[in-house]
Amino acid sequence: MANTSRPLSPHLQVYRWKLHMALSILHRATGVALGFGTLLIAWWILATAAGPDAYNAFNALAGGIIGRLVLLGFTFALMLHLLNGIRHLFWDAGYGFELATVQKSGVAVVILAALFTVAVWVGGYYVAGKF
Amino acid sequence: MSMRTPLGKVRGLGSAKEGTEHWWMQRLTAIALVPLTIWFVVSLVALIDAGHATMVAWIQNPFSAALLVLFLGTGFYHLKLGVQVVIEDYVHAEGLKTGSLIALTFACWLVALVSIIAVLKIAFGG
Repeated sequence: MANTSRPLSPHLQVYRWKLHMALSILHRATGVALGFGTLLIAWWILATAAGPDAYNAFNALAGGIIGRLVLLGFTFALMLHLLNGIRHLFWDAGYGFELATVQKSGVAVVILAALFTVAVWVGGYYVAGKF
Repeated sequence: MSMRTPLGKVRGLGSAKEGTEHWWMQRLTAIALVPLTIWFVVSLVALIDAGHATMVAWIQNPFSAALLVLFLGTGFYHLKLGVQVVIEDYVHAEGLKTGSLIALTFACWLVALVSIIAVLKIAFGG
């Protein structure tokens, strides 16, 4: 198999950890996590199709403290993946490769993901009449 | 001097025999998912306190039903393409890799179809 005694090129651990590296691996991590999140969406639709009892049971679970924590994480992962995905689409089109731009767009993605997550939850509590 | 045959060159499909299809479909589904996701999240926020009857009425609206089916179909396709690359990158044992890719494909199709059929069942008044 692989000859491990040959010299290897520097790998991840020799570099100082930077935002663009974190966002790169987080894009994958959130993508996989959102894959599990889609199971919740499937569950929600199936519960709705099954009738009021199953639907109310799902809502009770989703509205509980653990359910809310999961949904909060779901919201942030979704916003981060969505915004960073748009950043990737700009790169695919050939824009935004300059180091300063990469840094700025990375910061923008994190800040906007946090803001959108807060907006979704403030919106949700507002609709629910909690404000 | 290129050693490629003129036919291979004009087809442009490379050694994987599928050209840029995987790359392109991942981007195409990503672009579609931007408005679909925004619509889905905004709708869920608006329906946060909805009872069963309200939710059913919302899904029975042809516009919501169509967008939900598009969201689920596009989303599960995008998920399959994305996780496929993660498996190909990190799973090196050939048998485990092939097995994981088969399981991923089957799981995505199964959950996508079950949830889409559930939407259609509600939409058609089941």
